Amino acid sequence: MPFIPHTEDDIRTMLEAIGAPDIDALFEEIPANLRAPGLPGVPPALNEMEVGRLMADFATRDGRPLNFIGAGAYEHHIPSAVWSIVTRGEFYSAYTPYQAEASQGTLQLLYEYQTMMASLTALDISNASLYDGASGLAEACLMAVRANRKSKSQRILLPVALNPTYRDVVQVIAGNQNIAFELLPYDQKGGQTLVSALDQYTGQDITAVALQQPNFFGTLEDVDAATDWAHANNALMIGVVNPTSLAVLKPPGQWGKLGADIAIGDGQPLGVPLSSGGPYFGFMATRKEHVRQMPGRIIGRTLDLDGKSGFTLTLQAREQHIRRAKATSNICTNQGLLVTAATIYMSLLGAKGLAQVAATSMQRTQQLVDALTRVPGVRLAFDRPRFHEAVLLLDRPVKPVLESLARRGIIGGADISARFPSLGAALLVCATETRTLADIDTYAQALTETMRNSAAAA
Amino acid sequence: MSNIPADLRFQKSHEWARLEADGTITIGISDHAQQALGDLVFVEAPEAGRHVNAGEAAAVVESVKAASDVYSPVSGEVVAGNADLGGQPELINQDPYGAGWIMRVRPDDKTQFASMLDAKAYAAALAAETH
Amino acid sequence: MHEKLIFEHSAPGRSADAQYPRVPVEAPVPAALRRASPPLLPEVSELQAVRHFTRLSQLNFSIDTHFYPLGSCTMKYNPKACNQYAMLPEFINRHPLAPESTGQGILQILCELQDMLKEVTGMRGVSLTPMAGAQGEFAGVAMIRAYYKARKDFARIEIIVPDAAHGTNPATATMCGCTVKEIPTLPNGDIDLDSLQAAVGPQTAGIMLTNPSTIGVFERHIDDLRRIVHEAGGLLYYDGANLNAILGKVRPGDMGFDVIHMNLHKTFSTPHGGGGPGSGAVGVSERLLPFLPVPIVGRESDRYRWLDEKDLPQTIGRLSNFMGNTGVLLRAYIYMRMLGRDGMQRVSEFATLNSNYLAARLRVAGFELAYPERRASHEFIVTLRHEAHEWGTNAMDFAKRLLDYGFHAPTTYFPLLVPECLLIEPTETESKEELDAFVDAMIAIRHEAETEPDKLKGAPWTLPVRRLDDVRAAKQLDLTWKAA
Repeated sequence: MPFIPHTEDDIRTMLEAIGAPDIDALFEEIPANLRAPGLPGVPPALNEMEVGRLMADFATRDGRPLNFIGAGAYEHHIPSAVWSIVTRGEFYSAYTPYQAEASQGTLQLLYEYQTMMASLTALDISNASLYDGASGLAEACLMAVRANRKSKSQRILLPVALNPTYRDVVQVIAGNQNIAFELLPYDQKGGQTLVSALDQYTGQDITAVALQQPNFFGTLEDVDAATDWAHANNALMIGVVNPTSLAVLKPPGQWGKLGADIAIGDGQPLGVPLSSGGPYFGFMATRKEHVRQMPGRIIGRTLDLDGKSGFTLTLQAREQHIRRAKATSNICTNQGLLVTAATIYMSLLGAKGLAQVAATSMQRTQQLVDALTRVPGVRLAFDRPRFHEAVLLLDRPVKPVLESLARRGIIGGADISARFPSLGAALLVCATETRTLADIDTYAQALTETMRNSAAAA
Repeated sequence: MSNIPADLRFQKSHEWARLEADGTITIGISDHAQQALGDLVFVEAPEAGRHVNAGEAAAVVESVKAASDVYSPVSGEVVAGNADLGGQPELINQDPYGAGWIMRVRPDDKTQFASMLDAKAYAAALAAETH
Repeated sequence: MHEKLIFEHSAPGRSADAQYPRVPVEAPVPAALRRASPPLLPEVSELQAVRHFTRLSQLNFSIDTHFYPLGSCTMKYNPKACNQYAMLPEFINRHPLAPESTGQGILQILCELQDMLKEVTGMRGVSLTPMAGAQGEFAGVAMIRAYYKARKDFARIEIIVPDAAHGTNPATATMCGCTVKEIPTLPNGDIDLDSLQAAVGPQTAGIMLTNPSTIGVFERHIDDLRRIVHEAGGLLYYDGANLNAILGKVRPGDMGFDVIHMNLHKTFSTPHGGGGPGSGAVGVSERLLPFLPVPIVGRESDRYRWLDEKDLPQTIGRLSNFMGNTGVLLRAYIYMRMLGRDGMQRVSEFATLNSNYLAARLRVAGFELAYPERRASHEFIVTLRHEAHEWGTNAMDFAKRLLDYGFHAPTTYFPLLVPECLLIEPTETESKEELDAFVDAMIAIRHEAETEPDKLKGAPWTLPVRRLDDVRAAKQLDLTWKAA
């Protein structure tokens, strides 16, 4: 029996000890009218050899195209050491570290992670992770409402140039809490959020302002001005950030005169593969004074009975298993295994390596933009400085172009036309350090041919 | 056995209150409550100037195993929160009816205090709770 | 055993150069937006990092190394094949927004997973997007709210929760803007139907129920319970935390539940990973189909595609940036294919056999079961109130001493309504020998409690650290390392 060790002898002895005639008798408390007749809709069992073959067939069908999409998930080199350690059973098959003495490995690693993330964001403290960046922003908005005692309005300003799916998720998760989300427009020429749009709210009760750096278009935002505006108006500042970029960009804790209050983002770029969409992890950092409003697990260092230092979950009274209906969030798990990957990744790259990854990705994206905008019918949407993504405008609908590129083994970018109709046919592209100049060349040639063979929009 | 001073008033939710000479009411949590919570690690006392309603969660006390709201027994304006608790939450464990007071409220309506449980009634309520 | 912090292995100028982009370049960042000083990340060699994190791993208990009878968490073996084949390069390098034409393989897998989960739960539709059990719960309650809003029945905002429920249930209801009403459990472990009858009304949105319940017994009056809630106009929510107990034996859909979340990291053996990632797929009955969270995989003849807001205009929406924890879903799929239809029924059979066997042996050994007259499900509760009363050794002391004996502790002090409790869930993948060894350890510890109680109160003695000062941890917060 797959994964069940019992022999016939075992079963007999165990039933005798229980005093039951057979295994079926153990289910006698389930009303007979509810008993299922079996699971005919589930296929029969496969052994490991067969399932391995099946999965390999599925995988082969999908192949390994050359990827130029970012849009919230970024393909970076992952050192072999990362996942070879992450998948060790001692990390992979352990549970949430409730029994601290039996979980010092996970707990110490999380403490090291919290230290790295606090430093990367230049804020005081970090939690041990959330589910992903999008749900993390929802949690940050709920946290801001709890933390900003001066504000009664529950009004939060979000930029249009924020990842639009993040906005969707925030609406779903925080939508039942009577929070009003209002939108800040972006500059059609530069792609950056218009800080001047904040002026109309000056003097009003605003709970928080969020800004994404770099924003969804890859454009760099004027984070200092927005942060100073927020603080001048008693609003909290939430920075939505890409962790790779923080090796070279001013971290949220240093935005403006006082620094942002909460930083969140998706940790995927730190050693987590694209994985068809997940699992990734969300990170969150904040100032010390807001620690009790922060959702999710937090690890602290303390002493044991002998006075030796050790690590434990702390501030658990905020959490659902104790506070129940009054918890800061219903969140239970973090994304422990992905945080394990990120911690090993950051240790191997260090500050210098991470800065190199960021700088090389910026350079590659610039090279990609240069190559693609030489193709007839393609131009750059925004002229402001950017990180490692850019919006290109095509003279025809994006989707057929992407389909044609896919047939040539190229994933050409994300079609954002539907979410940003005012841009027209808009394509968001990204090249990280993993793309070579030859890759960029391949893409440019394929795009040239695709554009030549298909008609421009009338 | 927990200590229930005869000169104080109580709520079933384990807050105590004392009417001061100046008409304000000092509020804390009972000895029974601090024992049940265990070592306190954090107290959030309200800021002076805030208006609270009777039955409203006005403060939070937190131990490693529980966090509990402190409900104001009276409506009124907070005249002071106990600032010492910020650095020394253990004051509540050590001296719940003295240095461990949580807040002082100027009541809108004096009858609310008068209608609270007296020590005897609170002792009876505690006895009922543990059976 | 002690391992320094990674920062204490660090030395200025050291690096793992093989991992860097080959040609150093300057980041062309405008001066005003540039980072002024580098973040505090370690400067270590690759070997130092590998050795450090490998050593840290060795400080953990895990399923691969220890029996882990943690009640309500279903710590069963995570087959290695599930990880191996979920990590095929085509899957892990695939971008979630790549065109559907380049992902027909993975979309087919996810579609078949949806179908298998429908079959084992008896629900009409499944969405795989929730990233954890708590998010599945959130989606479930949000769908209930959306359902009533669509019917313009705005008064139904109260969620009924039994007092023994997981803390997430009331926390979730609050997050969804609902109010919570708790109802009591009877001394025999069933829900108090009179209290339920009195609690329901035109304000009732639904009841959240775990069955078997968190006290490890099957709710026998589920038919009456469903009738009471449905007649009052409310919906039934099934918390799938304990699905392992009934897999293939009884289906939540057949019990009349309208919405269910599953914890794939429990029943379907995806790894717990030291606290995540989880995966909390949701299933619904006919009337909640329009509200499922998107995206969902749809099949049109032999093509697969994502169904989104355009296909389900009444959806509660999206819960993650993409489509949930796909890598976890792949592992669950592989596990389910390896079990097959018969293997899935064996899961509940042997989980229940192990649980009842362990309960019977512990009772014979003198331990008190909290619900001795009930049949255990896949888990059961021992109450140590006598041991606490007579020898001053409480459930936590037993739990910590078990660690010294090489067993992960059961869940302690949950559910809250049983004093000094251990909630014990052995799962189906443990052998009789392992269970017997656990019983032997419990007997030995009980003997120590009677003769040398300090051995328990001071435990653990043999782990990397002894009992930790939680009060100090919470009062003198030390959440990040700082260079001396």
